[in-house]
Amino acid sequence: MNKKTVKYSFLASLPVMAGYIVLGIGFGILLYDKGYSFWWAILMSVTIYAGSMQYVGVGLLAGGASLISAAIMTLMVNARHLFYGISMVEKYRDTGASKPYLIYALTDETYSLVCDPELPEGVDRKKYYLLVSLMDQSYWVFGSFLGGFLGSALKFNSQGIDFAMTALFVVIFVEQWEKTKQHIPALLGLTLSLICLLIFGPDEFLIPTMLCIPVGLFLLKGRIAKEEEKND
Amino acid sequence: MIDTSKAFLLITVMSAVTMLLRFLPFVLFSKSTPKPVLYLGEVLPYSIMAMLVVYCLRNTSVLETPHGLPEAVSVTAVVLLHKWRHNTLLSILGGTFCYMVFVQIIV
Repeated sequence: MNKKTVKYSFLASLPVMAGYIVLGIGFGILLYDKGYSFWWAILMSVTIYAGSMQYVGVGLLAGGASLISAAIMTLMVNARHLFYGISMVEKYRDTGASKPYLIYALTDETYSLVCDPELPEGVDRKKYYLLVSLMDQSYWVFGSFLGGFLGSALKFNSQGIDFAMTALFVVIFVEQWEKTKQHIPALLGLTLSLICLLIFGPDEFLIPTMLCIPVGLFLLKGRIAKEEEKND
Repeated sequence: MIDTSKAFLLITVMSAVTMLLRFLPFVLFSKSTPKPVLYLGEVLPYSIMAMLVVYCLRNTSVLETPHGLPEAVSVTAVVLLHKWRHNTLLSILGGTFCYMVFVQIIV
C-alpha cells in the first residue's frame, strides 16, 4: 500500500474523526448513564455501527423495548442506508475481498467520503475506500469506549450532550445545501417532516414522512430536473 | 435495567436490521440499477437529512416554556459556526456546548 494513499485517506477522514469522537463519547456517556459499561458501548459500535440508531438504541435498552418495536424502529431510523447502498452499487462492484466490510461500514459519514471523491493521481481508489471505512469505524469505536470510560471515571452533568447528534445532521444539511443550487429535495424533506410531525405527533411521524417523501420527489421530478440544469 | 440476555437480543436485532438495510441494495441490484431507483438515490439524501434534523428535535415543545428557545438558539449557532469556519468539530462542539449551557444553567 503506498504512502500517498494512506496519507490522503487519513486527511480526508479528519472531519469524521472530529465528529465521531465527540458523538461516540456522547453515546458512551448516555449508555453509561443508563447502567451499561463501556464494554456495551464497544459491542454496539462494532455490531450496529450506526450513529443515530445507537442513540435511539440507548432509549430502547433503557426502556426495555420489545424486539419487534426495536426492529421497526431500526428499520425507520436506518432506512436511508438503502439509498447509500443504491448509489454505491457501481463504485463498490470491483472491490473484491474488502466489499463485505465496505458495505457493512457504510455509515452517513463514510458515505459522504466515498460517494464522490476527487482522488489525486497516485491514490488507489479501492484502498482509499477501505482505509477511510476502517479509520471512521476506529474513531467511532474509540469515541464510544472513551465515553463509557469517562462516564465511569468522572461524574459530570451530561444533560443535553445528545444534541451532538442534532448538530451533526445540521452540519451535513448545511454542507449539502452549499453543494447544490437546487434545494427542492431538502425543502420538501423539511416541509413534509414538519407537516407529518404536526399531524401524527413525535412518536409516529417517521413512517408517514418516509412514505410521503419519495412520492413528493417523483411528483416534482420535472421541476427538480429543470433546477439541476441551472446548476450546470 | 433489563436483564443481560434481553439486552444482547435487542442489540442483535438492531444490528441485523441495520445490516439488512446496508446489504439489500447490493444484493438486489447486483446486475443493474433501475432508473427510478437511481433518481431516488440522487435526491433522497437531501430530503432525508432534513427529516433527521426534524427527527432529532421532535420532542421540542414550542407551546411550553422555554418555547424551544434552547433548540432554536443552538441550531442557529451550529449553522453560523459552520458557515463561518466549515470546521465540523468546531460546529458540533460549539452547538452542543451552547445547548448544554442552556438546558443545565439558564432554563
